Amino acid sequence: MMEENVLLSMRGIEKYYPMGDEQAHILKNIHLVVRRGEYLSILGPSGSEKSTLMNIIGCLDTPTSGDYKLNGQAVEELTDAELANLRSREIGFVFQNSQLLPRLTAEKNVELPLIYAGVSHKERRRRAQEMLKRVGLSDRMEHYPNQLSGGQQQRVAIARALVGNPSLLLADEPTGALDQKTGKQVMALFQELNAEGRTVVMITHDINIASYARRVVHIIDGELSEGELTSSEGGSYA
Amino acid sequence: MLKNLRKKLMMLGECFSMSLSNILNNRVRSFLTVLGILIGVTAVIALITTVSGFSGTLSSSFMSMGAGTLSVTVTGSDLKPGMTTEDLEELTELDIVEGITPNVTLRSRLSKSGKYKTNVSISGKNFFYFIKTADAVERGRTIHPTDENSRTFVCLINHDIMEELFYGIDPVGETMYIDGVPFLVIGVLAESEGASVINLLSGTASVIIPYTTALKMNNANVVTSFTVYLAEGADSTQASETITETMDRMFSFEEDCFTVTTMSGIEDTMNSMLSMVSTLLAGIASIALVVGGIGIMNMMLTTVTERTMEIGLKKALGAIPWQIQLQFLMESFLLSMIGGLLGVALGLGLSFALCQATCCLKRSKVHMKARRTT
Repeated sequence: MMEENVLLSMRGIEKYYPMGDEQAHILKNIHLVVRRGEYLSILGPSGSEKSTLMNIIGCLDTPTSGDYKLNGQAVEELTDAELANLRSREIGFVFQNSQLLPRLTAEKNVELPLIYAGVSHKERRRRAQEMLKRVGLSDRMEHYPNQLSGGQQQRVAIARALVGNPSLLLADEPTGALDQKTGKQVMALFQELNAEGRTVVMITHDINIASYARRVVHIIDGELSEGELTSSEGGSYA
Repeated sequence: MLKNLRKKLMMLGECFSMSLSNILNNRVRSFLTVLGILIGVTAVIALITTVSGFSGTLSSSFMSMGAGTLSVTVTGSDLKPGMTTEDLEELTELDIVEGITPNVTLRSRLSKSGKYKTNVSISGKNFFYFIKTADAVERGRTIHPTDENSRTFVCLINHDIMEELFYGIDPVGETMYIDGVPFLVIGVLAESEGASVINLLSGTASVIIPYTTALKMNNANVVTSFTVYLAEGADSTQASETITETMDRMFSFEEDCFTVTTMSGIEDTMNSMLSMVSTLLAGIASIALVVGGIGIMNMMLTTVTERTMEIGLKKALGAIPWQIQLQFLMESFLLSMIGGLLGVALGLGLSFALCQATCCLKRSKVHMKARRTT
């Protein structure tokens, strides 16, 4: 019963990078369990290797050692193609600079993950439009990224992350490039999505952003520690 | 299994449309990328078609001009420097020979009422030459056997000479001077059409006089170069042997007194030379093709480097590595195809234009001639 509720579990994750003759120890004995429907922030200053952790959670990179199970699937055993399939099914990415393809319309950008998932043309269109409506951009579907504001772009990126109906929404500094007001709007959207039952993992250096989450873990120098947000930690790490 | 295949086919289609839109969105860059291939293909096609067209014209004119003829060059021995009129008559009497035209050349100074032209090529021929080339004379009469026998001072001139020395007057019946000797102009030669190979090889004669007269002016009494016209149906190899035998006897079996050349022999040499030239040109043009290919390679490398973000993003969105590779391959494939097809179109167009241009040249010449005669 407990196991079924677990979406993501990491046990003793280590990551080394070769640096000259030596091996740099990047991630140190990470233990992390995320349950379905959770809203988790991973909070850490720059240089704390939170991006490396995100790459491993997102199956873009594999750990040197340790167990990582995503939705019951052991990640270490998968080939590149299987990893790609896993990403396509289970994970929706939202990046700091929305990372939309500039030559595609908002709708085509949202369709992109479905292309790789092998969804038919008609179905793609329907789902992309539905998802853009969900993020409140039904009137911007045929706009190109440079015709959209930063907040709108980020919402297109969120729609793109959600269109494949992934079990995990993985966001890396989703408000990093936005002003405070639009940042708040985007964070409100994440909260709505979490209220709808989506699992959200958000990586940030901004304690205000992290405070939207129901649970926060800290990463410093590649070490993870579970913790409450305290006022003594101040505003932001950055 | 079937579903998997359908999925892959769909992916291919998606890749195709994505690549196409990438290419179309970067029109200037795409054009510059394919330019190398375009030029290479165009060059190869245009050069090869031009050369093969040229060799086609050349060999067809060989066929028309050279079929059934042999040309003989005589170097002679100490005792016998060349062929006398009697020798030529003996050859003419052979069964396989229809007739013989001696070719005596000299370079002289022409003058006519104060106007003159130096270093003009003059050719001595006989009446038989005009029987074989019936359209050689445009106006006036040809050389008759009596002109040969009595070594008359008559000549036929071509259009260049007519325009330079007889501007505005009808030259037929007029007198002009060849090296100070008065000659009666009896006819005007027709302008030769296009590439007459015989003319190309022997050099165009501006003036034709009876060969006996030409021998006299050269202070010679023997012919050292002549053309043998074979009787209908005679085999040129066999004829060449018969003539060699006969002439061997005339030169008392001394070696290296003459050479008999068949036109087919010349044609073979010419053809092999032309095919060598065309291979060489194609080789040079294909260097352009290789350079074009390198251009595309270079451009694709740049594209990959500058699109690392896009590649990373697509990976994060679930693209399998081969799907990303496929897109780049598809793009370079499409670029090469576009370049190649444009090159083919342009190459064919260029060849066609060249063909039209040369045809027009011929036609305008004919037109000019027609105007002149009316």
